[in-house]
Amino acid sequence: MSSDAKAATSYEEGLKGASESVAEFKEKKSALARLQHWLHMTPSAVPMIVLIAAVIIFGLLSPNFFKAMTISTILQQIAIVGILGCAQSLVVLTAGIDLSVGAIAVFSSVLMGQFTFRYGIPAPISILLGLALGTAMGFANGWLVAKVKLPPFIVTLGTWQIILAANYIYSANETIRSSEIAEVAPALQFWGNSIQPGGVKVLYAVFLLIAMVAVLSYVLRQTAWGRHVYAVGDDPDAAELAGVQTKRVLIQVYALAGLFCAIAGWVMIGRFGSVSPSASTGQLGNIQSITAVVIGGISLFGGRGSIVGMFFGALIVGVFEMGLKMVGTDPQWTFFLIGLLIILAVAVDQWIRKASA
Amino acid sequence: MTQEPLLKARGLYKRYGKVTALNNCDFDLMPGEILAVIGDNGAGKSSLIKALSGAVQPDEGEITLEGKQVHFASPLEARGHGIECVYQTLAMSPALSIADNMFMGRELRKPGIMGSLFRQLDRPAMEKFAREKLTELGLMTIQNINQAVETLSGGQRQGVAVARAAAFGSKVVILDEPTAALGVKESRRVLELIRDVRSRGIPIILISHNMPHVFEVADRIHIHRLGSRLCVIKPGDYSMSDAVAFMTGAKVPDEVAEAA
Repeated sequence: MSSDAKAATSYEEGLKGASESVAEFKEKKSALARLQHWLHMTPSAVPMIVLIAAVIIFGLLSPNFFKAMTISTILQQIAIVGILGCAQSLVVLTAGIDLSVGAIAVFSSVLMGQFTFRYGIPAPISILLGLALGTAMGFANGWLVAKVKLPPFIVTLGTWQIILAANYIYSANETIRSSEIAEVAPALQFWGNSIQPGGVKVLYAVFLLIAMVAVLSYVLRQTAWGRHVYAVGDDPDAAELAGVQTKRVLIQVYALAGLFCAIAGWVMIGRFGSVSPSASTGQLGNIQSITAVVIGGISLFGGRGSIVGMFFGALIVGVFEMGLKMVGTDPQWTFFLIGLLIILAVAVDQWIRKASA
Repeated sequence: MTQEPLLKARGLYKRYGKVTALNNCDFDLMPGEILAVIGDNGAGKSSLIKALSGAVQPDEGEITLEGKQVHFASPLEARGHGIECVYQTLAMSPALSIADNMFMGRELRKPGIMGSLFRQLDRPAMEKFAREKLTELGLMTIQNINQAVETLSGGQRQGVAVARAAAFGSKVVILDEPTAALGVKESRRVLELIRDVRSRGIPIILISHNMPHVFEVADRIHIHRLGSRLCVIKPGDYSMSDAVAFMTGAKVPDEVAEAA
């Protein structure tokens, strides 16, 4: 049946004289398309541009804005949200969401405080226990998401309530006073210490946030595990077939997020001085961290964005709050503008995605 | 039969609820051959391929690789045994780069302390390797190996997926509809690549609906029907229309008819 084989290839004779090149990668032409492509490759560029613009505008409106003191205050104020944002970023990159970040942070801080004061455990050990328990809470989230296959929104909506309630029940809504902590267990307030180069106070917590962003940025970009986090968020089925252990990655991500939340809880003690189970972070931490993540250009659909973007996002919120306060407007304008920014950020994300088409 | 099959399956069953996708299915892949698997839609080709590549676990039956019985709990384990598969869905992460995708799950780390302690990826080495493999496939006039896969056309994506399997498959390469999304020229490249891989001594399983391609490159053709192997034919012995008749049940091959 050799005639068959001949017939099989004969239709390709039409190719004779056609260009020999195979599908090529063509350079994009228009400037807008190039911008779109560049943003596609550099997801933290948008929040960076917004941040620089905001700083310039507030600098022009208010002459005091460019003082070192202002900048250190802004950094201080975003320290906790920024660390929670690190946790949130990891989870959102896997196309999940973690509503329990603030609750884990508050409960961890309460555990650290109560272990020290109720049971007399040395503060450093209490801190380690608090970090371990925070990680365990995150692990529980991850296990429910990866193994029981429940939607992350539902899982963390539940654990948010459970952890916050457990926090009130366990602590009997009792606050540990700042002066007491300073006397008995200064280690708990470690991140509230500061250095003062040239009279400008910079909290240790700020250095911690910057170090965490730098390390996470390295891990996500430069290690196989980081690539796997992106792959799981991008297309979990494809990642699985390509040889990524998706369930393990998911559990690790949620557990690590739990650890970061517990670190944020420790930082809260340093920042506020006292240990309070009714700290507003428990209710607002999730929304604040999601805001930073979204304004920072991390896609809620997973697999896109960078931790540095989240850092810029948190800074933008801090700059808006501080700048509008200094200009002397109604503070509600802050939330008005941040609301606009959130919608704008998601719209830009959708536009950038079209670079793939 | 003088040679032992490299990859052999006997009595595979796979049921999804009331649907039996594999029904006492046998399979043999000889060393160094191109074996085409054809069959009607729903005949169970995909289930067979998934069982061989570890993506699904058969309910019953055994698979042997080089004479040793194997159980693949995941695609990763099959890959560990040197079986690479290009799935119809391609299994690529759209937002990640070509190099990232080629090395997904088997990334290279930098030598020395940066790799062992800080676990840093050796990007230059991975990019160089990816570039070489794509050039071999003739798919490369690329400016940017760090381009996200989603910015490639369908054919280019397929090319990257085929290059990935060809580059890493040490024992068996499985291609599920590798030319389905490709133009005439790109298909030709893939067929050449299939022959290249065989000339390196690695056998290939080719699943395709494209009869001209199957008859052109295959050494033997496994015809799948109703969840099991109907027969294996040599492309020289039968015509394309015979093969189509067998797989749709319009005709019964002689040896099966004799046995029955």
